[in-house]
Amino acid sequence: MLQIDHLTTADAKVTLDDVSFVFEAGKIYTILGRTGAGKTELLRALMGLNPLTVGTVKLDEEDITERPIRARNMSLVYQQFINYPHLSVLDNVAFPLRRQGKDKAEAHALAGQMLTTVGLGEFLQRRPAQLSGGQQQRVALARAMVKQSRILMLDEPLANLDYKLREQLREEFPRLVADNVESVILYTTTEPREAMELGNTMIVMHDGRVIASGAPADLFAHPPTKDTASVISDPPISFISGFVRDNCLYFSEGHLAPSEGLLLPADGPVTIALRPDAIEPDGAFNAQIGLSEFSGSQTIIHLDFDFGRAIMMVDGIEAFTAGNDISVSIRSEHIMLFAPDGGNITLRNNQNG
Amino acid sequence: MAKIVLENLGHSYLADPKGEHDFALKPVNLTWQDGKTYALLGPSGCGKTTMLNIISGLVAPSHGRLLFDGKDVTNIPTSERNIAQVFQFPVIYSTKTVRQNLAFPLECRGVSPSRIRQRVAEVATLLDLDYALDMPARKLSADQKQLISLGRGLVREDVSAILLDEPLTVIDPQMKFMLRRKLREINRQTGVTMILVTHDQSEAMSFADEIVVMKDGLLQQSGTPEELFSRPQNDFVGYFIGSPPMNMINLDVRQGTLATDALSLTQPSPSESNALLYQLGIRPEHISLVDQTAENVGVGTIKKIEHLGVDGIVTLELAANVVIKAKTRKHTAMSVGTTMGINVCQDDALLYLDGRLAT
Repeated sequence: MLQIDHLTTADAKVTLDDVSFVFEAGKIYTILGRTGAGKTELLRALMGLNPLTVGTVKLDEEDITERPIRARNMSLVYQQFINYPHLSVLDNVAFPLRRQGKDKAEAHALAGQMLTTVGLGEFLQRRPAQLSGGQQQRVALARAMVKQSRILMLDEPLANLDYKLREQLREEFPRLVADNVESVILYTTTEPREAMELGNTMIVMHDGRVIASGAPADLFAHPPTKDTASVISDPPISFISGFVRDNCLYFSEGHLAPSEGLLLPADGPVTIALRPDAIEPDGAFNAQIGLSEFSGSQTIIHLDFDFGRAIMMVDGIEAFTAGNDISVSIRSEHIMLFAPDGGNITLRNNQNG
Repeated sequence: MAKIVLENLGHSYLADPKGEHDFALKPVNLTWQDGKTYALLGPSGCGKTTMLNIISGLVAPSHGRLLFDGKDVTNIPTSERNIAQVFQFPVIYSTKTVRQNLAFPLECRGVSPSRIRQRVAEVATLLDLDYALDMPARKLSADQKQLISLGRGLVREDVSAILLDEPLTVIDPQMKFMLRRKLREINRQTGVTMILVTHDQSEAMSFADEIVVMKDGLLQQSGTPEELFSRPQNDFVGYFIGSPPMNMINLDVRQGTLATDALSLTQPSPSESNALLYQLGIRPEHISLVDQTAENVGVGTIKKIEHLGVDGIVTLELAANVVIKAKTRKHTAMSVGTTMGINVCQDDALLYLDGRLAT
């Protein structure tokens, strides 16, 4: 178990602000946040590379805050594929074992096994430069995993890979790390889908703080704050400044919003959040099509309403012409409401969850 | 502005190419209309950057000709092609203000100060950067810096085309979305031809009027996003376009028809030899998962459910150990281990013969 309490740093590009969390071994934690949210800083603080102004790091109840990096039992895989160019693939992975004092035969045997797990069993004698990007990143992953460190950290490990390679490694990742039952696995990413697909627990960071955590599907269905909803929605969630009056929800004066089944807060301004699945073609709301684009198998339609902009997503590849008018319906069960002015309090979640 | 024609255009980095495999770009014929958006899509090493570099003039092709509006520009240097280029990482003058960055290409051409002021103002409005004109360029975010790189191309009124070499790589997902929208708007408003190089199929699909899919230096298919999605010409395009890839299910020849135990979809009898590999290609989006009835074309047990937000991907095992993936928004109501009925429209099941579309 890894426990961090009140981690706070100064003097970094992004400073950590009172980050506390308890991580359990054998689970994958995805840390989701935009560039500059503090994801890498958190990993660096765990390794002891960023000096803490406040805070403690405990591994199995033992305080390791002051321990030097070498003695922390951690491994890190970077975004860039970092391997020893002059060593064979096998020696790259055997290297940390040799440093631990294992003899050559044992180190080679363990490294060979690990390389077979990551699908590189036939490339043991190659040099890293003779491999593709995806294969090089697997070598780095194998080297990090072979040590069986208690803490395995991966800092946007797939960011530099082609889209399709990313898709493949994402699919394989849970199997690759399945043997590391003693390790806490921390995986940072800027991609909401990746964080949801890979994490047993998802941790959302913003401005150097942890703003939400939980099971990915739950967090997606019930984001506790507006910032969380914003960070985990891709395509983006749309926010419209509306208000509640006499137990009715309005997008703006004269534009009543659907609210069947919603428990509305007291009169006053609210932020109405619409995910792309809250809007469907045909209905009582008129909008102008700002732009229509395909995303894989879906069509994303940017709509300009009298009361603001929002995005609709429909399955399949369909032609929507920019500039045309369209009527749409908005489904109340997919509406989320937030406090209007940075309060970031969910006033009412959608009813179906 | 220009119509761009690639006429039997190919390139080998070797002085004396022996065969097809010596070409980084195998000879290709393509015509790109003025004012449209195009994407060159493929994995690393597919030849897309070589193609872009030939168009910009950074590489002289070993074979064929390149025409801008009918004029042969194959051997004309980059500086005379009126091409603007945006690279993976923003290239800006970090010590200058946004205004100075945008004005620079015009100053170099000796344009009058009053005209420069006018053009810079127009382009800043187009990019939504009016408010930032007097800020130092280094203070801007990555996506804004990319807009400035683009703006330096747009200020020139004689620009033939804008080439974009993976310009969204360093941008966060949500900002990518907005920047893509901006690029489309700029294309609509200015009518400048834009050519984007990318390995990201979803980026290509959302950006381009037409996509050129490449692999190993060879053109695989060129067409609209709809065409590539609904009728991939070969199994590579079926794999590369779409996420997850197209499901490919092997078929057996049985009494003159093609069939599989996994799905009760048959195809007419093949005329060619039985030794060839026939497959059924079905997009994960075209598989609907329903309660079991006698009408279903198949039955599958749920092995895995991946939550990706609004959508989910469901992995199912069908008869004969066939594993397929389906994309759905109803995944939150499903659970692993349950058996579902499977429906597929006959039109959405495409026949492939040795990896090539046969229907």
